[in-house]
Amino acid sequence: MEIKTDYFEDLKIFKETSTLVWFFLAMAFLLSAPLLAGDYVIYMLSLTAIYTIVSLGLNLLSGYAGQISLGHAAFLGIGAYSSAYLTVKLGLPFWFALPASGMITAVAGILIGIPALRLKGLYLAIATMAFSFIVDEVILNWESVTNGANGMKLSPPSIGPLTLDSDRRFYYFILAITLIMLWGAKNITRSSLGRAFIAIRDSETAAETMGVNLAVYKTIAFIISAFYTGIAGSLFAHFIRYISPSNFTLLDSIGFIIMILVGGTGTLLGSVYGAIFITFLPEGIRVLKDFFPFFVVETGLQGLVYGLILLLFILFEPAGLYGRWLKMKRYWKTFPLK
Amino acid sequence: MFFQQLISGMAVGSIYALIALGFVIIYKATEVINFAQGELMVWGAFLVLTLTTSLGLPLWSSLLLSLFLMALFGMLLEVLAIRRLVGKHVFSIVMATIGLSFVLRHLAGIIWSYDNFPFPSLFPRQPLSIMGLTTISSSHLGIILASFALMALLFLFFKFTSLGLAMRASQQNQLGASIVGISVKRIFSMTWALAAILGAIAGILIAPVQFLNVNLGYLGLKAFPAAVLGGFGSIPGAIVGGLIIGISENLAGTFLATWVRDIFAYIILLGILMIRPEGIFGLQEKKRV
Repeated sequence: MEIKTDYFEDLKIFKETSTLVWFFLAMAFLLSAPLLAGDYVIYMLSLTAIYTIVSLGLNLLSGYAGQISLGHAAFLGIGAYSSAYLTVKLGLPFWFALPASGMITAVAGILIGIPALRLKGLYLAIATMAFSFIVDEVILNWESVTNGANGMKLSPPSIGPLTLDSDRRFYYFILAITLIMLWGAKNITRSSLGRAFIAIRDSETAAETMGVNLAVYKTIAFIISAFYTGIAGSLFAHFIRYISPSNFTLLDSIGFIIMILVGGTGTLLGSVYGAIFITFLPEGIRVLKDFFPFFVVETGLQGLVYGLILLLFILFEPAGLYGRWLKMKRYWKTFPLK
Repeated sequence: MFFQQLISGMAVGSIYALIALGFVIIYKATEVINFAQGELMVWGAFLVLTLTTSLGLPLWSSLLLSLFLMALFGMLLEVLAIRRLVGKHVFSIVMATIGLSFVLRHLAGIIWSYDNFPFPSLFPRQPLSIMGLTTISSSHLGIILASFALMALLFLFFKFTSLGLAMRASQQNQLGASIVGISVKRIFSMTWALAAILGAIAGILIAPVQFLNVNLGYLGLKAFPAAVLGGFGSIPGAIVGGLIIGISENLAGTFLATWVRDIFAYIILLGILMIRPEGIFGLQEKKRV
């Protein structure tokens, strides 16, 4: 085992050389993927990248700051619809709509974050769920802005002279944004902000005693999380180019929680694993469906699998895939000793 | 018009109250928050339907049989999944019971399909007229009366039976209860059995008014506003909260806009959480480090 001799060693972005090597290998794969792989793979990778941003946002809120949210699909929806409204109805450019929808969602994050200051655990779960139902219904009924149940069609985004009209071009753009967001999240977790989040998660009373202002930091956690999800929402809207209220349901919120739970709560790499998992899960379910033709309704099967995964991971593997990976690594490093 | 809306709101409200009661007793006993209470409701109603239509049992005997089966089912869930959760972090508990609710809902969907089923009515179909002034639906009145009778029974159960007393004892102090010879584990199972029965009755009462459908379980989520409004963990609070939510959302749906009805409960919920999170009957909780 390596022993750290310096405080700054613990703050490094890449703590081990092997991590850096793996990072560059992954980057090489992701950058060359459009040259080698087919459209389908690019589509899945883009979707994974978008979900990674959601996962990072939710993990900062739930995994780091310990605040439950059952309403992240609503944040995604607010981001997506803001972006759609700004570009389609107001005709604003995409480079403006992307950060703007992040900001708008962050404001929504403040709205839910402020009542959440007085709430813990269960109440917060119920409040965010209520928020998500209300947002759903508002999207469905505010027809002058959202087109109601008909949904909205978006045109391919362009930045200056560059039109991101093909999936491949947009893929590089999404990848770049995801890396920036990942870098941002990494820096949040290694700053005093991230340490304050962790302190709040582990014990609110103790954190308060140490001088962490609960109200301020919880609100910041909600704002950051909502901003991340809003950015992801904007990318999502322009990526699939058609959004309707059915994209942002309770099932999707639960899917996001499965992401951080399966990946590993409170770890950034876990967020990435979780995003990969949740993107490829529906594909797995589709394959499964061919083997079990008696499951007639596909959404039903998806709900069943989501439920089972939640239940089994909570009961048997609460640390998630990343936790399992750490355990395996530790086992081999200390192999004969244990 | 107003009076009829009031009565139908009260009928739905007493269903919310029954569901809210189910998870308040679970919460009091084990501090587990059961997001799957609405699914117990659906399973109970579907069992009755299966027993009457497929096995051809008479309505009342299939009712009793399904309540018995649901009690067993509740105990089974407790032993298989919930027992491991007691004492865990709230996040784990919430997620696990949400997972459980998804599993139960979609298992029901796979078993009984996602279609709408008409459900046999327990009460006469023709409306009642009150002193010739106005008419009210007798099934709404029946729901209200049946729910109140059930609540009274529940009150007597907790007050006078030894099982009810043992449940209250272990709610107050688990260690103390086990010292005087109460098997707390058995009480936990019994609590789940009771909650499953309450859920099933709620389902059987509401199913004739609406169609029986797997997604009826979403109604169970409305019981959260009810429980929070009344004060989470308070039994009279669950009843009062359920009635207020049922009546006010019905009136809001009639006099404001139809789509407001579906979310009015959640608007009340957010409002109450901002103003008075401990609810009407709740106590302020204090926590030590």
